[in-house]
Parts: sequence; C-alpha cells; structure tokens
Amino acid sequence: VKIVVCVKQVAVLGDEVEFTDDARDVDPDFLDDALNEWDSYATEEALGIRERVGTEGDEVVVVSVGDAEVEKSMRRCLAMGADRAIRVDTSGFHDPITIARLLEPVVRGESPDLVLCGVQSSDAVQAATGTALAELLDLPRVAVVTRIEWDPGSGRATVDRELEGGLVDVTEVDTPALLTIQTGINKPRYATLRAIKQAEQKEIQTVPAGEAGQPVFRVRRMFAPPKGKGAELLGGSPAEIAGRIAEIVKERLR
Amino acid sequence: MSETLVVAEHLRGALRDVTGELVTAAAQLGNPVVVAVIARDPSQLDARFEGVDEVVNVPVAQGEFENDVYQRVLEALLAERRPQAVLLGFTVNSMGYGPAVAAKLGLGFASDVHALAREGEAVIATRSFYGGKVDAEVEFPDGRPVLLLIRPTAFAPAATGGSPSVSSGSVEIPASRARHVDFREPAGGDVDITTADFLLSIGRGIGEQDAIPQFERLAEKLGAVLSVSRPLVDAGWMTNARQVGQSGKTVKPKVYLALGISGAVQHLAGMKTSGTIIAVNTDPEAAIFSVAHFGAVADLFDVADELEQLS
Repeated sequence: VKIVVCVKQVAVLGDEVEFTDDARDVDPDFLDDALNEWDSYATEEALGIRERVGTEGDEVVVVSVGDAEVEKSMRRCLAMGADRAIRVDTSGFHDPITIARLLEPVVRGESPDLVLCGVQSSDAVQAATGTALAELLDLPRVAVVTRIEWDPGSGRATVDRELEGGLVDVTEVDTPALLTIQTGINKPRYATLRAIKQAEQKEIQTVPAGEAGQPVFRVRRMFAPPKGKGAELLGGSPAEIAGRIAEIVKERLR
Repeated sequence: MSETLVVAEHLRGALRDVTGELVTAAAQLGNPVVVAVIARDPSQLDARFEGVDEVVNVPVAQGEFENDVYQRVLEALLAERRPQAVLLGFTVNSMGYGPAVAAKLGLGFASDVHALAREGEAVIATRSFYGGKVDAEVEFPDGRPVLLLIRPTAFAPAATGGSPSVSSGSVEIPASRARHVDFREPAGGDVDITTADFLLSIGRGIGEQDAIPQFERLAEKLGAVLSVSRPLVDAGWMTNARQVGQSGKTVKPKVYLALGISGAVQHLAGMKTSGTIIAVNTDPEAAIFSVAHFGAVADLFDVADELEQLS
C-alpha cells in the first residue's frame, strides 16, 4: 500500500505579539515553528497502518507546501519512519484551499491507496485543506477520524468520525479515500536520535508550485482581540494569588 | 434577489443549537435569510426561527448526515438560488463537505468565523489565527458567493416562532461513498462534570502524567470536581468523561478554575458561560484570559501548592 500524509509546519506565537507594518500578519520575529500537532498523529497513523496491514514495498510519503524552512518538520516525519518526502516549493501565506490546489497534482501523481491529513492546523484552524483536497482528487473522504479499520484488499474502510460531545459516527468509506485525522487517535512515536540523524541525510524532493488561482480570502487587518470584559488581574506572590482565588471561590459558591 | 443561505444541522431527529446561531449570523448580512433542511423528513424539524424568510425542505433518503449528500444538495441550491453567502456551522459535519464545495465552485471561503459584517456589497468576516491569540478581518474575491463556517456559540441563537414561507426542493443524490453505519456513545465515566458547581480544570500546562494525583488531591480539598482539556484525554491520562470543550462536555459551573489551560477555541466553547472563570497561566497572551473574569499570570504549580496549604 501507499499512504500519502500531507503535513504543515505551523507558526507558534509566543508570549508577546507585534504586527507587521501593513498589519496583515504577525511579525515573523514573534513566531516559532513546529510540526502541526494533528499532522504528527496523521503520520503516526500512516506508519501504524503500514505496520499492521502492510507488506514489503509499502510506502509512507510525506508531502508539504512551503519554502526550504518547512523541511525541518518534514524531517521529523522522516525520522518517525516515513519513507520519502516531497515539498511543493512556494513561499508566503496561502489559504487552505490554495494549499489543496498546490498539493493536488503531487498527491495525484503518487496514486495513493490512502491520503491522511490532520483535521486542522494549530495556527490557522481552518479544518479545510483535507476536505478540499479530497474534492480536487475526487476521493471519498471522512473528516475528524479517531479510528481506522482497513483491509486494503476490501476496497473500503470502517472509521470512527468524532462528533461534538464525543459521540462517534461509525462510517463506512470506499477506498482509496482521504481521511482527516483527529488528535488522540494514537500515540505519536518519538524518533530516536539515530533516526533523526539519518533523516537529516535523506533527500527531500522538491517540485515547483503549480497554478493555484485566486485566493479564497485575503487578510485585511490583523489585531489583538479585545481582552476579556472586566477581567481582573490577580497580582502578587503565588501565596497572595492563591489567597485571592480562595476568597473568590468562597464568595461565588455561596 | 441576493440571499443568505443557512444549512440546518440536525442529529438523531433534532435540530442542533448551531442552526439558530447561524440564523442570527445570517441576519448580520442584511439579505433575506433562507434555511435549507436536508433530512429524510424535513417537516419534522422546525427551522422556523425569527428572522427566517424562507425554509427550503429537501427530502433525502439518508436519515443522518453523509457528506456526499450534503455536498450534492448544497451545490444544487447554489446553482438554483445563487445566494450571496452560505453559512454552515464550524462543526464536524460541515468540515466534511463545506471546503469541498468551496474548492469545487471557486467560492470565497473562511472557517471558524466569529463575527460578520457587510460593507457595501462586500462580506467581511472576522476569524482567529495563531491559537486564538490574534483576530483578523478577511475579505473575499469580488463577484463570487462566499461560504463561511461559523464558530458555534459565537452568535446568540435566534428565537423560534417565525413565520417564513416553506418550499421544498428535490435533488437527485448519487450513492454515498462514505456511509453512516451507527452511532456509538462516548465511553461512560464515573463522574458527571456538567452538574458540578465548582470545577478545577487542568490542561497541558501540568506537563506530566505524574502531576495528576496532586490535582486530584487539590480538587478534593477544595470541594471541586476535576475536569481537563483535550490534550490530557488525547494523551490517555484522563477519560473523555472529564473533558471540557466541543468534543467533550459543555459545562456551566458557578466557578471554573483553569490551571494551565491556554484556551483553544474548542475548549472555550465548552466553558465560557461559566458563572465565574478564574485562569492561571504563565502566558499572558493565552486565549483563556479573553473569557476569564479573574486571571493570574503565574506558575500553576506555585499557585496550586499555596491553594493546597490554604484548604
């Protein structure tokens, strides 16, 4: 089997924030990067499936969109055990549907048996790339999956779709399919130091970005949200803070 | 005439709360509001909210949500009615087809939208970025309909009891490629966090599984029930029964004391109507402070140790 996992290197905002001069994004100096948490679960799930049902010659291929910087996160997936990685070379911010359009020809070219994406990214929280990509690839899809039962020969998989409140919708989906993976579906493995070193040496194939068309939205203005209405700051030492909390609790529980 | 189309959500024969919220959101855009009800028997679901001009009932064979069915019906409604905007909930169901429709038809698109405005002919949506720490106003391509996924609980639900006209549509639906089989209830627990007056809620900030007994002890001393945010359930440290948030329980205790919870949108949706919210976090920009009544920027362990000594 061949499983393609689409991953994103996300931006993590620290304790402070300043905006770019045009106020359309956060100043990059205030951002760190990381492999999107959902995508580490998606990668683990692909590796787990390969271990459970796979045979010799199976492949887990990681695909991402971005500049050379994002190879850092792709190498994490390689260190976890992915076989190959392909980067669609582009830079700057893209909306999720544009990302799906850029991923589409690369994923199609791999003819995968299964495509896994994270449900959403922690920085943009659109929950859209996977479902849009499935449409462009004309693949059956299920969003927000917390369990996969799949016999590759059967042409279908049974998956749990996690609804609000934790209710599970057991869904049967034809394969090949695209599934968006929810956190908690598995325990992403840690890469060994040796695997990390080996991943450093692996070649990441790059392909030029195709024509993505018009963006589906454009940020006009980014700003710090208004702070809580009347949120009162409790200052002082931990003992003083604890004392105030105890008072407030006592008063409010009366 | 340009209209705003809302797709009703329902589950096991009942409308979901988000439907009324979408009607309120739709009203922000000023156009006539049309609600589409896609169900085996749409007339059993009362979508006649105040502010709704028309309800379109679309009967389908499937009793429960399937993304191929909703996609096909929405595409048909878009072609037939040419709405200026389509509003869906930012819910698990909509995540399964909304972005597909937008990608296929080249619509303007944004999700997790929590405020909406209209400027002239243009729709302006506000959504969050970077873990809810910043907001952004986004604009859309000219001359295209927009499809927006609206954050649950961001808008107050519209009142029922409107008197819209009711029409019905018929759409041919091909066989679904992803089919509903059954529902399974979340694993039960020994505890009902939704009835507690006082929740001590812990999150990723506690760092290690080994820290949990300390907070179980603290909760007992304080007379609180212990609840958690999603990462602790994902890690397998606590059961889903104690999870607060969209994929867990919605709670409204008198006091919600959050230690080391950054406040992901999905968490806030499950607790923001609590009577009094007290948050302790080392990150002054943590989104939890945007809903808290009292906040302390401090190490949660220092504060927890002091609280334990007090009680």
